[in-house]
Amino acid sequence: MKEKLLDVKDLKTYFYLSSGIVKAVDGVSFTLEKGQTMGIVGESGSGKSVTASSITRLISKPIGKIVNGEVLFEGKDILKMSNKELLSIRGKDISMIFQDPMTSLDPVYRIGEQMIEVILTHQKISKQEAKRIAIDALINVGISDAEDRFNSYPHEFSGGMRQRVMIAMSLVGDLKLIIADEPTTALDVTVQAKVLELLKDVQKKTNTSILMITHNLGVVWDMCDTVMVMYAGKTVEYAKVKELYKNPLHPYTWGLLDSMPKLSQDSNKPLITIEGSPPDLRLTGNFCNFHYRCPYVQDICRTKMPELIEVDEGHFVSCHFQTRENTLERKEV
Amino acid sequence: MNTVDLKDKDKLFLTEKKANSPWSKLKRNKTAMIGLFIVIIMTLLALFSPVFAPHDPNQMNLSKVHLKPGVEGFIFGTDDVGRDILSRIIYGARISMIVAIGGTLVGGIIGVLLGLISGYSGGTIDSIIMRLMDAMFAFPFVLLAIVLMTVLGNGLRNVILAIGIANIPGYARITRGQVHVVKNEEYCNAIRVLGASNTRLLLNHILPNILSPIIVYATLSIAGAIISEAALSFLGLGISPPTASWGNILRGGKDFLNTYPHVATISGLFILITVLGFNLLGDGIRDVLDPKMKR
Amino acid sequence: MLKTIFKRLLQLIPILFLVSTIIFVITRMIPGDPAATMLGPQAPVDAVEQLREELGLNKSIGEQYLIYLKDIIKGDFGRSYQYGQSVTSLLFERFPNTLLLSIVSLFLALIIGIPIGIISATKHYSIFDYVSMIIALIGVSMPIFWLGLMLVLIFSVNLQWLPSIGMGSLQNGLWDFISHLILPSVALATIPAATFARVTRSSMLDVVKEDYIKSLRSKGIKEKSVIWKHALKNALPPIVTVIGLQTSSLLSGAILTETIFSWPGLGRLIVDAIQNRDYMLIQGAVLLIAFIFVFINLIVDITYLYINPKINYDGKGGDK
Repeated sequence: MKEKLLDVKDLKTYFYLSSGIVKAVDGVSFTLEKGQTMGIVGESGSGKSVTASSITRLISKPIGKIVNGEVLFEGKDILKMSNKELLSIRGKDISMIFQDPMTSLDPVYRIGEQMIEVILTHQKISKQEAKRIAIDALINVGISDAEDRFNSYPHEFSGGMRQRVMIAMSLVGDLKLIIADEPTTALDVTVQAKVLELLKDVQKKTNTSILMITHNLGVVWDMCDTVMVMYAGKTVEYAKVKELYKNPLHPYTWGLLDSMPKLSQDSNKPLITIEGSPPDLRLTGNFCNFHYRCPYVQDICRTKMPELIEVDEGHFVSCHFQTRENTLERKEV
Repeated sequence: MNTVDLKDKDKLFLTEKKANSPWSKLKRNKTAMIGLFIVIIMTLLALFSPVFAPHDPNQMNLSKVHLKPGVEGFIFGTDDVGRDILSRIIYGARISMIVAIGGTLVGGIIGVLLGLISGYSGGTIDSIIMRLMDAMFAFPFVLLAIVLMTVLGNGLRNVILAIGIANIPGYARITRGQVHVVKNEEYCNAIRVLGASNTRLLLNHILPNILSPIIVYATLSIAGAIISEAALSFLGLGISPPTASWGNILRGGKDFLNTYPHVATISGLFILITVLGFNLLGDGIRDVLDPKMKR
Repeated sequence: MLKTIFKRLLQLIPILFLVSTIIFVITRMIPGDPAATMLGPQAPVDAVEQLREELGLNKSIGEQYLIYLKDIIKGDFGRSYQYGQSVTSLLFERFPNTLLLSIVSLFLALIIGIPIGIISATKHYSIFDYVSMIIALIGVSMPIFWLGLMLVLIFSVNLQWLPSIGMGSLQNGLWDFISHLILPSVALATIPAATFARVTRSSMLDVVKEDYIKSLRSKGIKEKSVIWKHALKNALPPIVTVIGLQTSSLLSGAILTETIFSWPGLGRLIVDAIQNRDYMLIQGAVLLIAFIFVFINLIVDITYLYINPKINYDGKGGDK
């Protein structure tokens, strides 16, 4: 059995708006082992990004609040840590990479200054040494003229380069976990592949774990060992990637799979979409959140919330019709 | 349980739709409502001054000079020649509102027109108008108003003119900036292709689309106009005495600050409250109409 | 960067020219004959005529305009009849007093307004936020001539702590100097302080929503640095804009404040000059203030270049 790095148990993060409580993350659990990559997939608004942010408690107060759960990182509950402890693991043990590299670096400071600040926050060394570490990190992520680029402002980099800088900033600490929140969504397709390649490379060298937040199942097939599918703040399916690829069980997962464009697909055929839009997260109750859009919906879906059941070893699914006893026949589309 | 979800969802959408109209958004903004309340009170005082005022504002009574507030039924007391301060304040509201609205109209209409022309035509006309506006902007507002009053002479009409003229460059700039944003949008091109005249395009299509920031600016500049009138009158360059204006009352009270501070205190408080009212309302309107606009 | 500054300096020329022209036109439009005013109502006609000639008022408007422009370039604004000395020397005498008052007020406004704005933004929705924003709103609505009177009423008349009029002198000790400065500068600082607090708060609230702030926090950067180093610098552009605007308005405010506190500065000089129809002095003083105004705006523009590297055109080429 591999070593657990991150163990999230029944995490609930709610946002308290004047118009109601948004249950952005509503009872999510998962584990991530050392050196492994886990994907969280879902549409925008499914709670995947909030899950990622909750792990390091980056929820905007006072509106957002983690109301329940445990986030055990190397056995210690991050949610119970003091501020000082929390700051000491942020950026050192756990590093986050965000969706839009265009906006995730402070535009008014040179990237070198920003990197040095991060290094000096976590290590008691001289500025010179910090600069050395920073430049090494830049070289490591494939920025060739690192000495020069050290003094550039973020706007002088392209999107892909900036994401490399963000990754380089992660490398300066004692990295154990990278949380990548849609790291390639805002990039060109060709650049996407390079950034993913770089992440894999980093992982191989440092044996870090990666939590990959994405809406792109292609990225999941490429990068991940396990995957969790989220819908409306809840886990609908959670399995090993191979298992999910072979044997997806939840109707929502099917929808996601069907809506992926395929190379073999006849270009005259329209892309398949999941009808409707994600539900209003202020209106959750005792029903399956997906019932508004589910083609297989029946009465029970509207009156009873399905539980997450382990139908096969390590394969969890939350659907009334996908249990050990029953199975649902997937319709052809 | 069965029916809760859908109905609730629909209800929420409905209330949201209704809640998104500008007026209901404004209604939910408590501070804006306080502002509106103040503005309405002052407007009523201005409209019906003779009804509300217990005395003739210019009636002197040398036997009742400098009565303290509350004495002999004079709620706010009397001034140095025995005039009822409450009545003068009420009539002063009329002057303040006339100047505020008049000055805003003069400055607004001329400024918006110049901004429309400048922003729409571009080129030399634009340069000339905008350089002229820059030059006018090179004067501190109060200084420009003072200098204009020196040229025009005291009096209500001239105060309106001076404040109006001093307001022109602000309106021109904001309008021009907005025209620039709107003029190259698709719908404008479409209307042009359809053969609408420039004037029609400007007044019927561009103006309505850029009105929000102008309305916001106007509400806030009314507040500025009220202060400006009071400042001019306070300096002796505004409304000629004995006409009751808040600035004049304050100016009169200034000389007796040591002995009868109530005259200056009360008149200034009214200026402050009214300006506060317009600012509260203006802030609220800005949040509703144009949340991104910064001052 | 230097190129941009130079370009902006060049753009000043037409504006300054226009400003001068406007002032010329306006001062010629002031009703009354300067020569007659200067000599008083009893002056004989030929004396008035002679003075008109000396002042160049008998020349055509065109000629007068050219002479006026030439004099401006020479820095010669004529003589003030009221004070009997050259306008230039009078302006030089008074200007430092206005400068002192304005700088002290601006400084007060900055050290009060900006921190309050920042703290309000970081404690959004707290009691501190509500209370300070209500006070700030009252502040921006304040008629400062009235505030000045109220300060006098409280601190001079009732408490008798501070002097109400005039300017102190260092020769009478530091306290004399400072005590005279307190009330006028507090009055003058009120509106800018309130404005800074409001703008700083709203700009900071916008910035703290940005991704890079979350990104910085995710790197373990201390909150103090996130807010006061990163967020503040990013929030600066609108703050600098209003600092510029308020610095300019300080001149407006100074006119009123100086009148109330009998502060011997430019503002009071202008009000006096206008009340006494001291034409040459009006012209010179208005010109000086307008020029200062224009230069303040220039400084604001240049500050922009410094705080926002994106406007810095001659930066190294990125790989975009």
